[in-house]
Amino acid sequence: MNIKSKTNVVSWSFISIAVLMICVFYFYPMVQALILSFKSGTGTNLNFVGIDNYQRLLTDTTFLAALKNTFLYLIIQVPIMIILAMFISVLLNDKNLKLKGFFRTAIFLPAVTSLVAYSVIFKYLFGADGLINTALMNLHLITTPIQWITDPFWAKITIIIAITWRWTGYNMIFYLSALQNIDNSIYEAARIDGASSSRQFFSITVPLLKPIILFTSITSTIGTLQLFDEVMNITKGGPGNATMTLSQYIYNLSFKYTPDFGYAATVSYAIVILIVIFSILQFKLAGDKNG
Amino acid sequence: MAKLKRVFMYLFLSAAAVISIFPFIWMIVSSTNRSVDVTRGKLLPGAYLFENLQKVFDTVDLVPALLNSAKISLITTALSLLIASLAGYGFEIFRTKVKDRIFSILLLSMMIPFAALMVPLYRMFGSISQTMPFIGIDTISAVILPSVTTAFLIFFFRQSTKMFPKDMLEAGRIDGLSELGVFFRIYMPTMKTTYAAASIITFMSSWNNYLWPLVVLQSPEKRTIPLLISNLGSSYTPDYGVIMTVILIATLPTAIVFFLMQKHFVAGMTGSVK
Repeated sequence: MNIKSKTNVVSWSFISIAVLMICVFYFYPMVQALILSFKSGTGTNLNFVGIDNYQRLLTDTTFLAALKNTFLYLIIQVPIMIILAMFISVLLNDKNLKLKGFFRTAIFLPAVTSLVAYSVIFKYLFGADGLINTALMNLHLITTPIQWITDPFWAKITIIIAITWRWTGYNMIFYLSALQNIDNSIYEAARIDGASSSRQFFSITVPLLKPIILFTSITSTIGTLQLFDEVMNITKGGPGNATMTLSQYIYNLSFKYTPDFGYAATVSYAIVILIVIFSILQFKLAGDKNG
Repeated sequence: MAKLKRVFMYLFLSAAAVISIFPFIWMIVSSTNRSVDVTRGKLLPGAYLFENLQKVFDTVDLVPALLNSAKISLITTALSLLIASLAGYGFEIFRTKVKDRIFSILLLSMMIPFAALMVPLYRMFGSISQTMPFIGIDTISAVILPSVTTAFLIFFFRQSTKMFPKDMLEAGRIDGLSELGVFFRIYMPTMKTTYAAASIITFMSSWNNYLWPLVVLQSPEKRTIPLLISNLGSSYTPDYGVIMTVILIATLPTAIVFFLMQKHFVAGMTGSVK
């Protein structure tokens, strides 16, 4: 009994630091943020205001613009990137492909760069007199420079291009490692049965990759909902609020404008709620296709 | 038909590779050119690398930022690995129902967006500052502490521990090692590759971390590399040659780590999904 309780204490000590740290730096702040979200005021001078902050969200044009932008990135950028990642990984998984290692490393390379560094590079490449415009003009594809950073429409496109550049290779690696685990004999059997390669892709590859599709779409969704570094360093959320994201807005509310920590916490809970909804939705969607 | 498909395949992959690499090439080329040449769209290497380097050392506080980033990343990586591997090992080896439940609660923290933690953490470190300024706002500890424990890394170590031959632990116990002794003398040396993979992903994410250091570090001399680059990038009269040289130097450590340990890096990324 004595020895047993002693090992019990030892076994708990292994996990105790981690549990303590996660409670202090994740769960406790989340409780604090929840309490804060019912308060308002500037700096440390905060008063309880009930659900006022949550009502303010509904009429706050900056918040609504940030929400709209985030959804736009989710609906357009995430599917493009995931399909591209899957497509490239299928090409790279071809047995007879030459230079496989080169292609894989090259396409994965963007995933090891710092978000800030690549954002600054993209900002310059896509500047009004940047290299992209110069190239497009020299090729006579456009006659006047595109305002990649300062036009509300093109600024969104620039952000989408940038994120897709950074994260496609990252997601591709997950598909590639899953594809390498698929037994080749399944494809051989399908070929003997006369299934075309597109049929093989949709009837064998896609169903087998489903867990990875789920994983990459959830992580990309969470990533998009938290988008900050790129927007901050390429467009600063502008022009106007054209590329503003929820994280950037929370940052502005807390550290750029006169700090309103209470309202910032309310906006942050909006992200939490969205992440929970999207994750449940994606799990449901994946589960339904199972049947 | 099949041949056409091959041609398309190579064209597509080559295009993807070129697009992926091009910004790097442009960065390297631009670091050897003067700012005016960069604006003119010069794509050939020039002879101004040393002049740019000289300007970087004269006008930019690159070395202090490199040292700050190195210090933060190394401490974060060492602590993260120790805490997460102890926990991952503990959850798997001393498995009980209660611990399993705690583990799933810890996993929930992966869903918490950092933007939601930022404000309460800032206030937390603000109040710590009043009594213990050495770990409060504007200190390296304040940067390190919140990022040192992640559920992801605990999960990663737990998954790897599943493959660990349990007989080895028993052998160690019979030899009279304590539980901690078994962990440090038997588990750690056997799991070298797991530690290598975990250290790369942790080091990279710490080296590139931007939002929290931006919030918590205030004095210019404490700036990390991402803060320095961001600051240079928002300048109204940018010297492109100089900025590209800074980005090049700042990217080198992660690029070298990546090329030396590409296999571990990929294993670290995908290991937890399998």
